[in-house]
Amino acid sequence: MLRYVLRRLAWAIPTLIFVTFLVYIALRIGTDPVASYKRINPRATKAKIAQYIEVNGLDPNYVRGYFRWLGNFVTLDWPRSIKGSREVWPQLKDALANTIRLGVAASSVGIVIGLGLGVFAALRPGGRRDVAVNTAAFVGISIPPYVSAILFQLLFAVYWSRWFGSTLFPTSGVYPPGQLGFDLGLMLKHMVLPTFVVAIQIIAVYSRYMRSSLLDVLNSEYMRTARSKGISEARVLFRHGLRNALIPVVTIAALDVGAIVGGLIITENVFSYPGMGKYFLSAFGEGDFPLLMPWMVIIVASTLFFNLLADISYAWLDPRIRLA
Amino acid sequence: MAYDRFVSHRAAVVSVFIMATLVIFVALSPFTARYGVNESVQAPPNYFLSPRANAWLGTDDIGRDLYSRLIYGVRVSLIIGIFSGLISVAIGCLIGSVAGFRGGRFDDVVMRVTDLFLAFPFLVTLLVMRNMIGGISWLKPVTGELNSVRFIIVLFAIFGWMGVARIVRGQVLALKEREFIEAARAVGASRWYIVRRHLLPNSIGPIMVALTFSVVSAIISESTLAFFGYGPQAGDGATSLGILVGQAKGAVNTGFWHLALFPCLTLVVIALCINFIGDALRDATDPRLQRDA
Amino acid sequence: MSAPVLEIRDLTVTFTTPLGPLAAVRGIDLDVRAGEMLAVVGESGSGKSVSFLAAMGLLPKTATITGSVLLDGRQLVGASSKELRAVRGQLMSMIFQDPLSALNPVHRVGDQIAEMLQAHQKLSDKAAKARSVDLLEIVGIPQSGDRALQYPHEFSGGMRQRVVIAIAIANSPKVLIADEPTTALDVTVQAQILEVIQKVQKQFGTAVVLITHDLGVVARVCERVNVMYAGRVVERAEIGDIFDAPSHPYTRGLLASLPQAGVERLSPIAGFPPNMLRPPAGCAFRARCPHAVAECGETLPTLRQIGASHSACIRAEEVLTSS
Repeated sequence: MLRYVLRRLAWAIPTLIFVTFLVYIALRIGTDPVASYKRINPRATKAKIAQYIEVNGLDPNYVRGYFRWLGNFVTLDWPRSIKGSREVWPQLKDALANTIRLGVAASSVGIVIGLGLGVFAALRPGGRRDVAVNTAAFVGISIPPYVSAILFQLLFAVYWSRWFGSTLFPTSGVYPPGQLGFDLGLMLKHMVLPTFVVAIQIIAVYSRYMRSSLLDVLNSEYMRTARSKGISEARVLFRHGLRNALIPVVTIAALDVGAIVGGLIITENVFSYPGMGKYFLSAFGEGDFPLLMPWMVIIVASTLFFNLLADISYAWLDPRIRLA
Repeated sequence: MAYDRFVSHRAAVVSVFIMATLVIFVALSPFTARYGVNESVQAPPNYFLSPRANAWLGTDDIGRDLYSRLIYGVRVSLIIGIFSGLISVAIGCLIGSVAGFRGGRFDDVVMRVTDLFLAFPFLVTLLVMRNMIGGISWLKPVTGELNSVRFIIVLFAIFGWMGVARIVRGQVLALKEREFIEAARAVGASRWYIVRRHLLPNSIGPIMVALTFSVVSAIISESTLAFFGYGPQAGDGATSLGILVGQAKGAVNTGFWHLALFPCLTLVVIALCINFIGDALRDATDPRLQRDA
Repeated sequence: MSAPVLEIRDLTVTFTTPLGPLAAVRGIDLDVRAGEMLAVVGESGSGKSVSFLAAMGLLPKTATITGSVLLDGRQLVGASSKELRAVRGQLMSMIFQDPLSALNPVHRVGDQIAEMLQAHQKLSDKAAKARSVDLLEIVGIPQSGDRALQYPHEFSGGMRQRVVIAIAIANSPKVLIADEPTTALDVTVQAQILEVIQKVQKQFGTAVVLITHDLGVVARVCERVNVMYAGRVVERAEIGDIFDAPSHPYTRGLLASLPQAGVERLSPIAGFPPNMLRPPAGCAFRARCPHAVAECGETLPTLRQIGASHSACIRAEEVLTSS
């Protein structure tokens, strides 16, 4: 097991480098960093432009340029944004923190409720609860996150205040404008709507996975053996049913993180929540190469990380895989 | 028999009717729309009118009839969805069946590449690829301008084939070991012949399912792109469903609910219907259920 | 003659299906004596497995069970789930046909045995683990200490079935129901498994009900045989009488259809088992029976004594004398 993990980790570094190289190429072709710089700083001197090119590794030769960029990146010598020469890391750090908070909140709520609903539905397949959960999940999948985000905004911001006079849940930002310092209550209040919107997607997807996986397991022979042992029904369900049903769900879950992040990006934008999503969209819109590359590295690294996590947990949970 | 199983899913049958009605409506658009796509409803003041007799769903910020624009918009989006879906499926079937059938390195490479692409946040990859492909000048004859409908179709096709390929590959892997394939090989059939005459026809079920999900994914992706301003600008004030939904964002702040509600509702209904159809197709063609006579 | 440890009277099991009620078991009487090896023989659909699944309470909710099943004096039909759970694994156990799917793939073998032990006995984890290793040894698995830590897929088919047996006898039950335990195994392994079952029977004094369609297996190890057809017991006899002097046409047909050395053509029983959604009136074997007469179709024949055996054929005497 340990060897398997180490082997995968060893592969991770070259993969990371290779993928960021591809990203580097895509961004250079797609966003034309030099032209963007010139657009934002129309009065930049030739010297400044040359410095920008060198610091960001924008050599005409892509390979050499990439390694120059990589060198700067790894030594933490990060070039500044094209806008007003602001530092990248403080912005990125805040965006990352906000997104992680939102992601963790939405995932916890979503996964727990989603799995619970899936179990709920699978215990009586074809029954009314099953149909209800399935349909709800279906609708949840079919509504793109920004649609539900907009509808929630409409409901809670516009109409709630029209009917009740004040807004129940704020619909933008992390704090109300002008807030200084840390306030947990206000932060949580601002997080409610975006969390809910992202959680809807998660609940819809996970309830369906869990339901189908649990149904498969409940029809297995070893469930009958478990019952014939005379152990309690609860134990049969948890130790035998759920334990086996979770295996495929966990593997899909780890791979699905990308989709959750995608939903986060969209939701953040609608709610003006200053997270990774907003960071990316504004940086991308401006063609701000120095802002974009570190962001990409984080995304690539976390994607690879979750892929690895998926493989490891699959092997850990299912002993049949371990020896392969 | 698969037909019977499909028909037993009432939601799917209703969805088929709804989609059929919608497609007919939209196909006959010069007749079903009340105004042109860029035409003002009446003389000013004509903007942000709520639903009324001469504008069934209200008007937008420069006085155009939302109902008519919705029809034209849905038409564009459906075209994008269907074409990119068909192309994705064509490419995906090809690559997926070869990967599954031959296995080996090609299969490994295809799997890892698609794994990686599919694991990234979809919007990010879409936007980055969009700009990258748009920036490669020698591709222009194929793809058209960055903002054109043709470009979007090509873009989605370049993405969409991956999901389809995985589904087809899975199916081919499952069928590969069956005896009728062995029999075909024993008779001396070439690999290509086997793929064409045996594997693909037996995969029609999953392929159809993959097609429906490709289409719905394209439609939703188009609307997402348009929402962020990266959608297709079809010229002459022409619009897509995505653009109309994108305008909903502003409508929230200004409080004109009709501009937000109707496009969103249309999008959700379309997505729901296609999803129901795809799900019913998947149940109807499930190989595990085909074993009971 | 020892008192029966399992007494089944007039047991019926009916399933509600989308196509209507399916009468899988249509009133059977059956006794299992302490420590004996009893065979229940019949083809697929005869109701042999369903009868005992019903006794264990392992049938789905779509099954309606009537009649009486007394295990050591306790009534199992209509018992509460709590009562049934106390009985299962403790007084009565069951082993099934396919050992691979019967074992949970993600739990270690030793843990699966320990679970059975701790469900009914107050044992510490350590004690349960130790006892699991002992049980593995009893069923003939070498290096039982190491093997207990392994997973089901690491065992061969025969070994797995031994594990299943170890689980079933962990609490020294009074009755062990073996539902086609050897059908999924190679012939050579079949013999080994039967030996293990016999050993366990003697060592623990457990009565074994061997459900099978394979008369060869029956001949090796069983003392008494019940033959079932279409949800009813049609013949009951000692092992010698079943083979030498069968008193029901179905049993005759079964014996005749066994492949014999030197005989070139097989002689199967003509026809097909009846559709249990619409069971025929009278004797269910009538359509395939060479001895059938008009009265056979009138009433459902009951088991009656003929010599030392019991037969559900109204023409049993003629069946006996015909060769």
